[in-house]
Order: sequence, then structure tokens, then C-alpha cells
Amino acid sequence: MQRIGVFVCHCGTNIAGTVDVKRVVEAVKKEPGVVYAEDYQYMCSEAGQQKIADAVKNEHLTGIVICSCSPRMHEGTFRKAAEKAGLNPYLVEIANIREQCSWIHKDMEEGTEKAVILARAAIAKVMLNAPLQPGESRVVKRALVIGGGIAGIQTALDIADAGYEVDIVEKTPSIGGRMSQLDKTFPTLDCSSCILTPKMGEVNAHEKINIYTYSEVEKVSGFVGDFSVDIRKKARYVDMDKCTGCGLCQEKCPSRKTPNEFNRGLNTRPAIYTPFAQAVPNVPVIDTEACIKFKTGKCGVCSKVCAAGAIDYTQKDEIITREYGAIVVATGFDTINLDKFDEYYYNQSKDVITALELERLMNAAGPTGGNVVRLSNGEHPKNIVFIQCVGSRDVTCRGKSYCSKICCMYTAKQAMLLKDHYPDVDVHVFYIDVRTPGKNFDEFYRRAVEEYDVDYIKGQVGKVSEAENGRLLVQGVDLIDNRQIKMEADLVVLATAIEPNKDVRKIATMLTASIDNNNFLTEAHPKLRPVESPTAGIFLSGVCQGPKDIPETVAQAGAAAIKVVGLLAKDKLVTNPCTAQSNPLFCNGCSACEKVCPYGAISYEEQQVMDGGVRENRRVAVVNSALCQGCGACTVACPSGAMDLKGFSNRQILAEVDAICR
Amino acid sequence: MTYSYFPGCTLKNKAKDLDFYARACAKALGFQLEEIPEWQCCGAVYPLASDEIATKLSSVRALKDAKAKGQDLVTVCSACHHVIKRVNDDMANVEEIRTKVNNYMSDEEPYNGETKVLHYLEVLRDVVGFDAIKEKVVNPLKGRKIGAYYGCMLLRPSVTMQFDDPENPSIIEDFIRAIGAEPVVYPMRNECCGGYISLKDKPMAANMVDQIMDSAAWKGAQELITACPLCMYNLRNNGTKEGLPVTYFTELLAEALGIKEEVQA
Repeated sequence: MQRIGVFVCHCGTNIAGTVDVKRVVEAVKKEPGVVYAEDYQYMCSEAGQQKIADAVKNEHLTGIVICSCSPRMHEGTFRKAAEKAGLNPYLVEIANIREQCSWIHKDMEEGTEKAVILARAAIAKVMLNAPLQPGESRVVKRALVIGGGIAGIQTALDIADAGYEVDIVEKTPSIGGRMSQLDKTFPTLDCSSCILTPKMGEVNAHEKINIYTYSEVEKVSGFVGDFSVDIRKKARYVDMDKCTGCGLCQEKCPSRKTPNEFNRGLNTRPAIYTPFAQAVPNVPVIDTEACIKFKTGKCGVCSKVCAAGAIDYTQKDEIITREYGAIVVATGFDTINLDKFDEYYYNQSKDVITALELERLMNAAGPTGGNVVRLSNGEHPKNIVFIQCVGSRDVTCRGKSYCSKICCMYTAKQAMLLKDHYPDVDVHVFYIDVRTPGKNFDEFYRRAVEEYDVDYIKGQVGKVSEAENGRLLVQGVDLIDNRQIKMEADLVVLATAIEPNKDVRKIATMLTASIDNNNFLTEAHPKLRPVESPTAGIFLSGVCQGPKDIPETVAQAGAAAIKVVGLLAKDKLVTNPCTAQSNPLFCNGCSACEKVCPYGAISYEEQQVMDGGVRENRRVAVVNSALCQGCGACTVACPSGAMDLKGFSNRQILAEVDAICR
Repeated sequence: MTYSYFPGCTLKNKAKDLDFYARACAKALGFQLEEIPEWQCCGAVYPLASDEIATKLSSVRALKDAKAKGQDLVTVCSACHHVIKRVNDDMANVEEIRTKVNNYMSDEEPYNGETKVLHYLEVLRDVVGFDAIKEKVVNPLKGRKIGAYYGCMLLRPSVTMQFDDPENPSIIEDFIRAIGAEPVVYPMRNECCGGYISLKDKPMAANMVDQIMDSAAWKGAQELITACPLCMYNLRNNGTKEGLPVTYFTELLAEALGIKEEVQA
């Protein structure tokens, strides 16, 4: 005889505002099997949990239903409370009367009626619940970090310093990421390379850290604690062990026309190259699309000049398989494509550049040796116009609806540095709003306005075009003076919106990690679990999760690291017992379940089956419960009803449906 | 190929030449323009107000007529094209407008924006093809440096008009190339001509026209072409100085196809 207890939560006014909880309590008391029901303001609180525990003991409950928020929020909390009171945690059911009821209804009558129905369904289900015992799975004590920018570097360092092994997989030939392209950093104006390169060196030297540059994640299988990852190490055509990093090959390479990616295409690079002088590892790669040897078979200059004999044209891509307990995504960002923003004349004029291109021009190691010049004629610009929010806060289909967050600050930085280096220049900034939340940020911006006399104009630019004297004509509007502005400029700098790295979709798919409409990775909880993906074992670091500046990225990288360490510190993980199982008596061996299983958890074996007194050998499905994630796809695919999911059996689901339709 | 043709009021009046060159060229290029019987004014600017219903009706009637014949609807006047295309977009996508208009018209079959609205230039580009036009040109306008004046109506709002890149269009330049002349790209080719502001603020209208003319002349254009009667009026009449000559693109097409005299006669 089942004895069910029902607990209805007010969640303050979250539920009680739209659902008459007292009426729900009265209604469920009449349900068969229910022996106890009560409501309380916050069921998840210590006092609420105590109420549940007391009722379990005093009323000898055999199952409980909590009418509250989504099970994603507090199922764990209530299961623990039940377990403490001596009830198997899998005899707890949640009726979600908040997200799926009170929050989406306005009418008390309707909300209450629906809450009762949801509670009734949960009661019908819990009547059929069976006690389940979770299993255990191992934890591989190594983490994978995808992306070797400042986010990946910091996460890797923090995990490694805690004593765990870390692999960094970086797509480009060197770690360093966007930060290595920057000149100075706000709000302190310290040199980006000077603070980054020591960290790159530290990563390189760390005995617990393994770096795979020029490599990409190709395939991911497994689950939290026990991932198996295929990594493609692209052929460098340079032996990493032999190369001394002398750079002679790069000097002598006759193919020098490829746009230099590191300098955002502002100059060219040889076919054999390291992206920048402080590259880690300091070993070049050969770009086979540019290399004369690869294209025509003739040349081989690099091989001839290499004293170490490190050039190896026969190298092939190599795929290695490594096991990890946790995976951190730190894939970073790029600036958006400006093809749909022709009003800014970016594709038409060399003197219209993005802010990241300006970083390269300002950088002493950049294509102009740190001289900011007009790329059309090499002359020193006198009047410089910055345009903010190019593609950011843009709700049309061509732009991004979000604020890119870093632009206001780097524009203030670039404006001040330009005024500092070239006191004769005039700098104007067109803006929608200046957003400077952050420690010492607003003070920094005020300095640009007050000390450096940067001319901030509230308003947007409608058109940049060529002026008759070869300069640029900027047409905009000053919203405060309510006047149209026409101004000639020598250089226009666009604060181009940032977006997640293009590869992130592919990576998210491999990891089954969710992403939002803008391709940013989604957090497990936007406030309370900001560095975890909803997929267990996947963690988020840096701009792949949302726009951020360097201090925020480093803070998040550290937070992701501690979450990883918390996972790796465990010897065993408790596995979800709600896995699929197949009834060999019903199984016809059709393989439908095997085909739909995303985790490769189903295999087939010959089993002796006793069916109706006849003993025979049949090919039947077997579920590996360590691999099964309980998604339920196989139970739907199974045509003979052999496959069932523990905790969510077909009988239980139908009982819920029946209860709803009653 | 036969199209439903909506000439519009101005083309029966001030802009007669835009209309008859368009018809003659269509014939020469092998497509028919079948004028919609009893068409009414597109409504000019009024239908563009989002809460206007009555003024949208005349556009909808033309669109329905084309739908009944199973034809695409072609316009030449930029303004008519703009209005009809946007009304059509509203009928397809804005439920409130669609419902109100259909209720008002109370026809058996409701209209839901099914008709495809094409500008004459789009027919030239996408159906006839500029390469095919090039082959039919008997009198290439060699050596003439022509600036395309787009104005606003054809290009914006680009999501609805779907005509060309609103900030860096190329269709009229490609057209100029097809008739054997040299296109001149100048910065102000997609800036507003002033529209109706000339009724209210003459100096501003003059300023806008001067800016366009100066920009085109600086880049070496010797003449301008346009598809819009209102742009034509403003460019010809509102500048403070002798500007470049402006003609309709259909006139130059007729000239290149060698049928201009014939049409004039």
C-alpha cells in the first residue's frame, strides 16, 4: 500500500501569486494514495526540508511529490532531504508548478487548475516509482582546455597548479590568442605582451601542461569524468624537436604574399611562418597553400637553409586519442564581417580600419613598427574618427543585438594613446552611450574626455565616403546639439562587434554543449553556475560564453579551473541510475535502439531466452549503464516495447498522461 | 514572358518618357508589359503609415489583379515600386493589416501577399540578363561617362526591398555597362534627393541636390540616370547651379537598342 506525501511550495509569491496553493493542497488530499499534504513558503529552505523529513518519518511515506520549481533547480535538494529521512531518493517526484505554470499564467483560476493537474500527474507517476541505486564511474585525472588564448592559458595554469594534468589544444600555430595582438590594456595602459608572454612561457614550461598547437579537436565521446577525445595534430612540416627557432627559414622563404593573419591582413607573411616573434612554441609551420614546394614541387629553400634539418615535407596529420575527466571551452572571439556595413566604407578604403587593426598599427611589433599611418598613402593622420557600436546593439538582421562590452574602454584607450604619441591629432568619438562599469573604468574614460580633450559626440555615423581631397568624409549626427555633422577625417576606426569564434558551433555539437542564438555557449545557470555548461563535465572560460574584457576573462578562467579541480579531486562519480534497460523477452534484435543512441551505450549479444517454455538463442540489445545518459531516445525507437528507462518507464509516463486526461 | 504592369500616375503625365521607353524596350527585349486595367494611384507616401488601411487598398487591388492572372507585377517608377512592394510585404507578414484589408475588400479569396513585385531593372538583371542586353545593343553608348543616381526608394528598407546592397549598390552600374557606357561611381549616388522637402524648405532641397551633382561631377560623370520621377524633378529643378543632365534609364536603353527615334516618332 503506497503512502504518498505532497508538499506544495509558495516560492514566496512566485507560485502563490498565481496559484492558490491551499486549494492545491485540498485537491491533492483527495487523490488515491495520498495520505499527507501541506504547503509552505519556501520548501527548499532548511525548515521546508525539515517538514519533508518529519512527514516521511511520522507518516511512514513511501513516496513524495514536491510541487515547486523546475527539477533542474531543486530536484537534487529534495532527493537529498528524502535520503536523509530514510527514503530512497528516487521515490521523489517534482511537479513543476513554477516555470511551467505560475510564471506563464496570469489568471489565478487557470493557474490553480493547472497546478492541480500537474500535481496529479506526478502523484500517478510516483505511485509506480521503484527505488533505484546509483552506480559509480571513474574520474580521469586530466583536463582538456580547448583554446590557447588568455582564457585557456589561465584556466590551464590554475588547474595545473592544483596538481592536475592539463592539455591545451590550440588551432593556430601558437598560443596567445587575441591578447597577443593587443598593444596596451585598459585601464592601466600596461603592455599586453609584457603581461601575457610570461604566462605563455609559464604554460610552456609547466610540467603538468601539455600544449598541442596547430591542432584541433576532432571527436569527443564519453561523459563527465571519462571523456575520450581525438585530437588532430595538423602537419607542421617542421620537426618540433629538431627546430631551434632561429627564423632563417622564414627570412629566406621566397613565397611572401600571403596576408598575415596575426596582423589582420595589414601586411603579408612568408609561407613558412610563426605568427609572431614571441610565439609559443617558437616553431614555424608551413602553409601548404602558399608554399611553392607544395604547389609546384620545386623550391625547398627552407630545407636547404635549415641547419638543424628540421624541415620535413613528408609529415602527415596525426590523430591522437586522449582521455580526460573534464573539458574547458575557451575558444574566444573574432570581429564580425563588415560586408553588410558598406556605409562605413570599410571594404572600399584602406583608411577605414577596425579597432583590432589599429591595435596592430599601434603595436611596436606590428606591420608599421608602431607608427599609426594612413594605409592608403603612409601619411600621418591628423583627424581621426572613432565610430562605436558598429554591429553591436544592432537589432537588424545584419548586426548583433548585444553590447560587445569592450569597445567603449578600448576606444578611450586608443584615443588617449594616439593623443599621447601624436599631440597634433584631433580625435572624435561617435557613440550611442559610453558604458564603463568596472573598477577604475569610468575614471579612465573621464581622463580621455577631460585631460586628453577627446571629442565625444553622442550620435551615430550614417555614411563614410571619399572626400574630394582624398580624405574621408564622415557624415553623422550630434544628438545633443541636434545638428548634422560633416567632417573630414584621415583615419576612421570602427569599434566592430565581436562574436564567438566560428568553430564554436562545431565544438559545441561535439560536446553536446548548448549555445544561444548568437553562438555563445550557454551557462548551466546564468547567475549561479556561470562557468559550467548544462552538459556535465564541460566548463566555460572567456568570451565563448559572452563578451568580456581581460580582467573578467581571467577571473572566469580561474573560476572554471576551480570547478574542474573540484571534479578531478573526486575519485569516483555517482552515476545517474535512470538508465535504459532492455527486456530480452520482448527484444527482436532489430537494432533500432542502437542506431539512435547518441552515446554508443547499446550493443547486441546472443542470449539464451526462455520464452513460453521454449528455450532459444536470440540476438538481444544490452545497455552499458556506465555509458547510458538516460536520454530515452531508444525507448521511443524500440518497436516492440522492450526498451524502458528506469525512473521514466513507459508505464509511468502513461500513468501521468492518464492522470492529466482524467 | 508577360508581366502585369503598373505605370503609376506620374508616368501618364510628367514622366511619360519613362513609361513609353520602358514599354518599347520591353518589346525589343522580348517581354510583354500588360497594363493593369483601371489601376489606381499607388497612394504615394500615405500607405507607408503603419496604421493606414484605406490608402493601401489601391496597391492591393493592383496586386490582386496580377495574382488573378498569375503574373508578376512590374513597375518602373521607384516610388510606386517602393509603395507597392512594401504594401505587399505588409499583406504577407503583418496579420493586422492583412485581416483589416481583406475584411474591407470582402472578396471571396483573401489576398496574402502572393504576387511577386519586380522593378523593371530587376527584370533586366534577373530575367533578361545584362549579358543578353549587351548582345542586343546596336548603338553602344561608347565613351559616355554616366553616373547612376539611385536615391532612396529602390534601396531602403533593404530587408523589404531586397533590391541591392543599400550602401554600395551595383545594379545600375551594371546596366550602364550593358548599354556600352562607362559607369561612374560617386559617393552621393544613394543619398536622398530631397524628396518632398522642396515644398517646405527650398534651401535644404537645393543643398541636397548640389551635394549629389558636385559629387558626381567630381568623379567625372557627364550625365546622370535615374528611375524616379521625383528624383528627376528635384535634380533638374532644385540645384543652385547648372547641374549635369539627367535622363531616365529607359531612354538610354532605348537609345542603345536603336529604337529611340522610332519611339519618339
